[in-house]
Amino acid sequence: MSEQNTKVAEPRPDATADHSAPRANPVQNFLRGPAGRNVGLVIALALLFVVGAATSGDRFLNPENMLTILRYASIIGVVSVGVTFVITAGGIDLSVGSVLGLTSVVASLTSVQLAATQSSWILMVIVALAVGAFAGLVNGLVVAYGNVVSFIATLAMLVGARGLAELISGRSTQIVTNRDFSQIMRSDVLGIPILVWIFVIVAVAGWFLLNRTTFGRRTIAIGGNLEAARLAGIKVKRHQVYLYVLAGLTAGIGGVMMLGRTTAGTSTHGLLLELEVIAAVVVGGTLLIGGRGTIMGTVLGVLIFSTLVNVFTQNNLDTSIQALVRGLILVVAVLLQQRFANRGKTRRAKAKPVKV
Amino acid sequence: MFEEDQPKPLLEVRGITKQFAGVQALKGVDLQVLPGEVHCVMGQNGAGKSTLIKTLSGVHQPDGGEIRWEGEPISIPSPTAALDLGIATMYQELDVVDGLSVAENIFLGHERASGGVLHVKKTNAIARNLLKRLGHGSLSPSTEVGTLSAANKQIVSMARALSRDIKLIIMDEPSAILDSGEVANLFRVVRELTAQGIAVVYISHRLEEIRQIGDRISVIKDGRSTASGLSVTDTPKAELIRRMTGRDVENVFPEGQPVASDAPVVLEVDNLELDGHFENVSFTVRAGEIVGFAGLVGSKRSEILETIYGARKSSSGKVSVNGKLLKPGSIPAAVNAGIGLSPEERKSQGLILDEPIFKNVTLSSFERFARAGSLNERAERDAAREQIAALELRPADPDRPARTLSGGNQQKILLARWLVHGTSVLLLDEPTRGVDVGARAEIYALIRRLATAGTAIIVVSSEIEEVLGLADNVLVIDDGRVLTHTKASDLDEHGVLDLVMKGSAA
Repeated sequence: MSEQNTKVAEPRPDATADHSAPRANPVQNFLRGPAGRNVGLVIALALLFVVGAATSGDRFLNPENMLTILRYASIIGVVSVGVTFVITAGGIDLSVGSVLGLTSVVASLTSVQLAATQSSWILMVIVALAVGAFAGLVNGLVVAYGNVVSFIATLAMLVGARGLAELISGRSTQIVTNRDFSQIMRSDVLGIPILVWIFVIVAVAGWFLLNRTTFGRRTIAIGGNLEAARLAGIKVKRHQVYLYVLAGLTAGIGGVMMLGRTTAGTSTHGLLLELEVIAAVVVGGTLLIGGRGTIMGTVLGVLIFSTLVNVFTQNNLDTSIQALVRGLILVVAVLLQQRFANRGKTRRAKAKPVKV
Repeated sequence: MFEEDQPKPLLEVRGITKQFAGVQALKGVDLQVLPGEVHCVMGQNGAGKSTLIKTLSGVHQPDGGEIRWEGEPISIPSPTAALDLGIATMYQELDVVDGLSVAENIFLGHERASGGVLHVKKTNAIARNLLKRLGHGSLSPSTEVGTLSAANKQIVSMARALSRDIKLIIMDEPSAILDSGEVANLFRVVRELTAQGIAVVYISHRLEEIRQIGDRISVIKDGRSTASGLSVTDTPKAELIRRMTGRDVENVFPEGQPVASDAPVVLEVDNLELDGHFENVSFTVRAGEIVGFAGLVGSKRSEILETIYGARKSSSGKVSVNGKLLKPGSIPAAVNAGIGLSPEERKSQGLILDEPIFKNVTLSSFERFARAGSLNERAERDAAREQIAALELRPADPDRPARTLSGGNQQKILLARWLVHGTSVLLLDEPTRGVDVGARAEIYALIRRLATAGTAIIVVSSEIEEVLGLADNVLVIDDGRVLTHTKASDLDEHGVLDLVMKGSAA
């Protein structure tokens, strides 16, 4: 600092105040950090495995059953990755389940399947992705430029997309007749089903996108402080549109996977999926108010719920009890999350008077 | 200790201390408030005024010292306990509920009801009486509070205090959100209160105001009382300033060299207008020049700044940077052309508080640190470290969350952001709000250094002194009009106020 420019050379209370900011012990810091939160989830998952092994033994702990869990997790997982982005940016997408159903219906229309048979099965995939992305685009435009709260905008899409899917399909189940498509979707790579691979690829890509790219940085910035992001020159509205397109796209991928798994397209595919997705994302540690998102957490959240379902099914427990336990897990997870958020807030409140 | 004819003090605070996370916020504060007096508490930002208020209103517990209420030693464990004693606090951020009516707000938390059913008529009648006592009988109890002005919301807040049996009201910079007419009205209300025997602790750092309304003054500096119970009329202004700052204010501002007359014009604003806010704003800023906007709160200074930046879309007029015309209403266009804004509300508009310093620093230019959209965090950290060193930002750890920094250092993050981006025009809105006095001098020096390096700078501040001390040229603005555009050395605080008063009268 050029001393000749200023006559004041007092010690800065400002600067000294900061050195004393809390630096808790490393273990505490680690547990509070992103990795630490994931450790908590891994422990929860491990506990579920212990329960599964204890109650069902080898029926639970065998490679085939592990793949069942993963296969079950794959579709929810893919969609959850997309929704993680929307929630990280401070929004919500309730429409993913309906959109998934719609994409499965449109992609399995007789005309589409016919065209796919004449060209390539990829056409069905492209159609599904395009429909999903388009639905997301509508969501995004209504939220960003129509200034409609994301909850309402996507609630409208939830209702509307389901209705459209019913109209198009005439509420009938459309069997997938394209053999190439069915075969590919049922194939294994290195002994692992293609559906699981898709989940892995989407999760890895999502992790990279959120943590290592400008796109992810913008997403977190918008969720953390929308006004600051806008004033820093980030094109906030455009980015919001991209986020919903991304969520729609993952719903489209989910639609393709659903077509592959059930070999049929129907308007009831993905019913109430949005609830499972949001539950998984929230349990994973992504803040509903935005500003913090974790793909790793989302993946673990999805695995926890799918393992839970598996353990319950293995023990022939009623689905109603399943639902009850899921609800409990969700509440406990959010309570824990709030404790984290509150800790941040008290830190803020305590720090404030010093500086004001 | 005090003279015999003095009444018994209502509140006595002796040597209270308070520490937060290793920072000593209060190091020994004394305060003695008499019934029915207006006792002003002064101090720079960061002096500990807010901590003191929160201690008296039961939000914080002091670590040491003594509080006596009507002669009895007490502790105030919670805000409810404070209210029960008879201490009400009016915070700067008014705690009214916009969706409820005036009367409902007044009786919030102690509703007049039987069996859970509200007595609407009775409530409204009592509310009307309370408002009348405050000289605001014209305010209807059934009006929704959200439709009221900030000044009237304050009245509602005061009526709420009156609705309980209150002996002391603490007002935290109540004039900060008011214009001059409303301040006069506030003073009338304060006198109403004291006439009824209620004591008022009035927090402010505006000397002029305190001379008008206060009976006695206490001054806090760096968490310590430097004056307690001085008489307003007998204490010269210069002494108060010394007690507040510990030095003469004039020394704080760095000296600038005169801007070369052949320095290129960087920013040109031509007939800029925003409907309903301001019109006919024209001026230029040369490389190396600091232009200040002086004016009162509500003069639309910030709006002009935001319109230049594209955060608001001008209804007519032109803004150009280095001869290139800007697209109106587009922040990205302004940023690309080389304008940077450090917004008025640093925390809510400037920073992503939970993100580390380095991500806040690169926020406007992280595309530069990316290849094919993939970010190179190491390069970001290096760039941030460079700025941390250049600006003496503390702590010098690029991974520290922005939230944990002091106001002055948060301001430096915003400066660093635009330095990394490489801006030729810096718009600084209230660059020292919430920055304590030692760090202020540092920020001033920094701003001057940036100008010397060739940046064109506009500074907006509600502290006229700051504008005059820092800027080369000043625009005096009132109600969206530029009253005058002249050298800072030609003006003083009184001159500016004179101009503004005349401007409002015209």
